[in-house]
Amino acid sequence: MADQDLRLPLPTDTPLDPPAAWAELRARCPVAHATLPSGDTAVYLTRYDDVRTLLSDPRFVRPTERDGAARVAPEGSGGAAATGSAAVAIPGRGEPHQRWRRRVGKYFTAKRMTALRPGMTRLAEDLVDAMLAQGAPADLRASLGFPLPVHVICDLLGVPAEDRDRFSRWSDSFLSVTRYTAEEIATAQREFTAYMARHVAAKRARPTDDLLGTLITDGEEEGGGPTDDELVATGMGLLVAGHETTANMIGKMAGLLLGDRSRWERLLADPSLVRTAVEESLRFDANLGFGLRRYLGEDAEIAGQVVPAGSTVVCSMPAANRDERAFTGADAMDLARTPNPHLAFGVGPHSCLGQALARTELQVVLETLLRRVPTLRLAVPVAGLRKTEGLLVGGLREVPVRW
Amino acid sequence: MKLTVDQDKCCGAGACVLSAPEVFDQREEDGIVTLLTSEPAAEHHVAVHEAAAVCPTAAIRVTETDRIAPPGRSRQARH
Ligand code: HEM
Ligand code: SF4
Repeated sequence: MADQDLRLPLPTDTPLDPPAAWAELRARCPVAHATLPSGDTAVYLTRYDDVRTLLSDPRFVRPTERDGAARVAPEGSGGAAATGSAAVAIPGRGEPHQRWRRRVGKYFTAKRMTALRPGMTRLAEDLVDAMLAQGAPADLRASLGFPLPVHVICDLLGVPAEDRDRFSRWSDSFLSVTRYTAEEIATAQREFTAYMARHVAAKRARPTDDLLGTLITDGEEEGGGPTDDELVATGMGLLVAGHETTANMIGKMAGLLLGDRSRWERLLADPSLVRTAVEESLRFDANLGFGLRRYLGEDAEIAGQVVPAGSTVVCSMPAANRDERAFTGADAMDLARTPNPHLAFGVGPHSCLGQALARTELQVVLETLLRRVPTLRLAVPVAGLRKTEGLLVGGLREVPVRW
Repeated sequence: MKLTVDQDKCCGAGACVLSAPEVFDQREEDGIVTLLTSEPAAEHHVAVHEAAAVCPTAAIRVTETDRIAPPGRSRQARH
């Protein structure tokens, strides 16, 4: 494949299948050069081992504006997550990152998430009931996929879920690559920051026992603790990270499992496969998004080649997740695959902080749907599903279903 | 089977606890991994191997002291 033809995001023929180029790149060009929507160039990795090794290397970090790394988004249309704008970022590297991670990580332990499970199940049941009451066809994304993770993360943070329609606009603009104009992004950013700052100020004045409130109280006890700016950035970061990816994944998981109904039938016959089926959906999802960027502050050796300092690397986790070298039968969905060390949550010191939460939500949604709506099916052919465009994260615009 | 964890590497993602809650736990104060046992019973060996394979920071080290082979399919070599 001629290097200069590689433009990200790569086109696909169908909404759920991977771009044809991945197999070719993994086989022949594991260290490729790709053009980003900004016009800048980056090194593009598609093999499991290379992606895993690079992301696990603590020397290499998510780029910020100051690095002069390759830009993802064309001038003006990049949201904070695409540009690495420092104003709203959670600490990205080194000691401050680790401190932040441990301070916040304690709220997302597997045990805490398991304790939230009964509440999540009730929420999922209520949302499914409302969908059933409205009648078919319904959009599974709007009825369940989006509201469930928004409610959960709002409860955790201690902000009202009623504001969710505003969140989705703020969040989309945060994650914009090409969707919004500079002005729309600036406005959304301003509103979102002001909104979170109001909540942080209110919690400083009157302590609450939610995540933001506890971060404040714990910090004051220790003397010091996070600044208001850090709390606002944490609130915004968690709100965005905590719902958009999960909402997308619920939709894509439903698309994958209902798109070939034998998968759904298998789960109906054996619901104990829910846990592994969720992991396999994460592995199999080809629309995870743009890929993770890392900036090389020094030379790196990747797949036997030296990639020079100053390069920006884009790691495609979904391409790595289809690597035959790492997964037997990588191009087939195996709902019982164990172990399944997929890279959907990234890997290494930055790997997803909310993965126990995301896994619990996905399992609860799948269990609830299997139990309450066993006759669920897609209301359109798979080819009729439409992908979201122009954001760092990938998903389906809607998931029309009947039962 | 003997088991060790590297708390400096651990990023507190909790994947190990979801795989083998009888063997792994996370500290209350920062979410970092702790072991409930360093010599898990045979019935947990498959789950422990799974935890080691899915740990995002390769913080879990399994030393084989018996002949139970890890389940096939995906690679295990790195652990
Ligand atoms: C299916 C759903 C999800 C997927 C696929 C996902 C994916 C990811 C990935 C790939 C990363 C790595 C970013 C990097 O290395 O640069 C990440 C980081 C992160 N995720 Fe998630 N995520 C999901 C759900 C969540 C949820 C529910 C939360 C809730 C709080 C969350 C919070 C975070 C945070 C805070 C980080 C940054 C960690 C750091 O830099 O140390 N994510 N996520
Ligand atoms: S899976 Fe690995 S990184 Fe996550 S808590 Fe367990 S040991 Fe730590």
